[in-house]
Amino acid sequence: MSISVQNISKQFGDFVALDDVSLEVPTGSLVALLGPSGSGKSTLLRIIAGLEQGDTGTISIADEDVTATAPQKRGIGFVFQHYAAFKHMTVHDNIAFGLTIRRRPRAEIRERVAQLLELVQLEGLAKRYPSQLSGGQRQRMGLARALAVDPKVLLLDEPFGALDARVRKELRVWLRRLHDETHTTTVIVTHDQEEAMEVAETVAVMNHGRIEQVADPIELYERPANEFVMGFVGAVNRLGDAFVRPHDLEVTLEPNGSTKEAMIVRLVNLGFDVRLELVRDDGEQLAAQMTREQAESLELGPGQIVYVRPTRQTTFAP
Amino acid sequence: MALPIAALAWRSTQKGGANFWDVISSPEAVAALKLTLAMAALAALTNAVLGTVTAWVLVRDDFRGKSILNAVIDLPFALPTIVAGLVLLALYGIKTPLKVDAGGVHFKADITFTRWAIFMALLFVTLPFVIRTVQPVLHELDREMEEAAASLGAGSFTTFRRIVLPNILPGILSGLTMAFARACGEVGSVVLITGNLPFKTEVASVFVLQRSASDPIGAAAVSVVLLTISFAVLLVIGGLRRWATRHERA
Amino acid sequence: MRKYLPRGIVFLYLLVILLGPLVMMIYRTFEDLGAAWGAITEHNTLLAFKLTLIVAAISVPVNTVFGIVFALLIVRGNVPGKGLLNAFVDLPLALSPVVVGLSIVMLYGTDGWFHWLPDHGVQVLFSWPAIVIATLFVSLPFVAREVVPTLREIGDEQEQAAHTLGASGWQTFWRVTLPSIRWAVIYGVVLTTARCLGEFGAVAIVSGNIDGKTQTATLRVEDAYQFAYGNYAPAYGISLVLAVMAIIVLFTMMLVKPREEAT
Repeated sequence: MSISVQNISKQFGDFVALDDVSLEVPTGSLVALLGPSGSGKSTLLRIIAGLEQGDTGTISIADEDVTATAPQKRGIGFVFQHYAAFKHMTVHDNIAFGLTIRRRPRAEIRERVAQLLELVQLEGLAKRYPSQLSGGQRQRMGLARALAVDPKVLLLDEPFGALDARVRKELRVWLRRLHDETHTTTVIVTHDQEEAMEVAETVAVMNHGRIEQVADPIELYERPANEFVMGFVGAVNRLGDAFVRPHDLEVTLEPNGSTKEAMIVRLVNLGFDVRLELVRDDGEQLAAQMTREQAESLELGPGQIVYVRPTRQTTFAP
Repeated sequence: MALPIAALAWRSTQKGGANFWDVISSPEAVAALKLTLAMAALAALTNAVLGTVTAWVLVRDDFRGKSILNAVIDLPFALPTIVAGLVLLALYGIKTPLKVDAGGVHFKADITFTRWAIFMALLFVTLPFVIRTVQPVLHELDREMEEAAASLGAGSFTTFRRIVLPNILPGILSGLTMAFARACGEVGSVVLITGNLPFKTEVASVFVLQRSASDPIGAAAVSVVLLTISFAVLLVIGGLRRWATRHERA
Repeated sequence: MRKYLPRGIVFLYLLVILLGPLVMMIYRTFEDLGAAWGAITEHNTLLAFKLTLIVAAISVPVNTVFGIVFALLIVRGNVPGKGLLNAFVDLPLALSPVVVGLSIVMLYGTDGWFHWLPDHGVQVLFSWPAIVIATLFVSLPFVAREVVPTLREIGDEQEQAAHTLGASGWQTFWRVTLPSIRWAVIYGVVLTTARCLGEFGAVAIVSGNIDGKTQTATLRVEDAYQFAYGNYAPAYGISLVLAVMAIIVLFTMMLVKPREEAT
């Protein structure tokens, strides 16, 4: 069940939310729409869902043009950032909703809900109300609810945005596993690059209503299409025209040809890695990253003068 | 300071203990009370339905003059009841311009001395209640729930029935009960327009009014019935408040 | 089409019940402006308006003060029976005005508990004090009911902050609490005023309805109607004055409401 977005544009008054956006989502894939707030990613997702209408362009789901179709008839599953739980219904009734309104027999509904409760690991909570669940549980319920009607495509709008860090990480792993099991075509919107890289096979980076690059995570990291993508997908140093990743900034104690002088302002312990916050005498700030072992072997400390040089760099054509 | 009045007056209405039951069960009193309850219920229910629709339009719809409409709805709250009665009389009274007298059709929208007058007057004074209790609830309603329902395949009517209605029901009910209480006690707007014909258009409050000087004990008896209704209504509203928040306290 | 159906229903309903009749009354008044104006400017009518305004001028401030006090007690107070107080404040809203009026008669009438007052020169019933008491009772809830939810929502953090900075109870109230509930109080005052101006049932029972002495504006309207002899213009005329007052009140409500809701 592929999704095909062709030349979608959308404006809210003077604000251009989407500018001639096109995207192909192959059947069974998991694609992330990654970008900062205001980049248009949520708007695009909602237009795919039919919750909003694009000004121009078409949307096709499973090779069928659904641009003029109501969201009810598109066969989508939608998961909201703030869960949109039916607060007056139990967990069971929430998940069963899609089937209930399609008038499926009660036994069938009960069975399906039980299956889904197991899938999302909420067994035993069927009779609770959403207000009695944690955020993570509510979102899993939201997912189960969306999956209950066997949607052709699954659309997730910043699904883990309202949860705290640890739960977010757990659910990311869990979502990936779920996808590997069900193979439902999925599009996830997120502003968290770590999340996108971890969960999706393909990432579409968006900015100011345009898609900057569509590629797998490695390609995005290694061969970013432009400055924006490079900076959004990971930390980056700017040395003149060149862009250097902190890992690719070599730190030595002695000057050596093309090295530049810098002073260590701070060492930040990131567990396995150490980040060095450096400053040059013209005030320019740099960041280098290495393993703790390496930092210790060089006996680095704050206030120390060191010499840096990029081992790899990227430049972009003007 | 008002406390003594409420408490003492209440006790003092029980002065004519034995007389009480006689008055209550007198045919005229019974008729008045029955009429009051029936009309109040009818008006309250009508305004519950129409009020919900109005609240919906005010919250979800947008058109020029909406804010004026919103303000106009409070008119029955601000207008003296006796004026309300006269206002209705102007259009639906003896000299109503709404009449057809041609082609074998004789129709005159004159409701004086009829039960319609009571109904219309009560509709007028209870108009704002349900609207004002439903508006904030509707406003607060999480629109995403409705979007979720749509994404799961629910059409607009289904969404309204299964998602919106259950959530605004407490609001509707509390407005309904307040409207009912108000309608039971209403006197100013009905006293002129209905003619207060015993057994036909005399409501309980007018019964009390007319006997307040001549037969205070009798009037008191019926008052106590009205008082009981008021207390019952307050209890119901309190109960509704707790029921409405049960999902949050669960 | 479907979009316009609800809107249409609402417009139609309001036209039939509210706007149509109102317009008609205005028309009828101007139809016989002479009689209407005559009735409005008649001596006893002017006295009636004066009485109504005096009663309101007494009731509104008293109920404002009590309303704020009650609200503070209900939300912040540590008194037992808070729930009872809350119910008591709501009572006048659910009560029929005739019941209120009759209760006052029961208290201050010839068979009442305070029947001895007139013998000591204090005439309550059939005189202005009874009207004031009745009006006070029916207009009691409004300020309190507006202030209570606002107080609840604001919470007492600001007051706590004031206390830590050394403010006394009274200072805190005057400088912190009162400004924060300002718009709720104003809105409540507007509602209270409307209620005072419009009271009929209770006053009809306790006042004796003596023209020129204990007749309020609303009672005057009834009077004008009962003695209309087919020409209702006088009654409409006086009503129109009251209606105009009500519309001014409405207008004020419209202006204040958004600010009240913003706090």
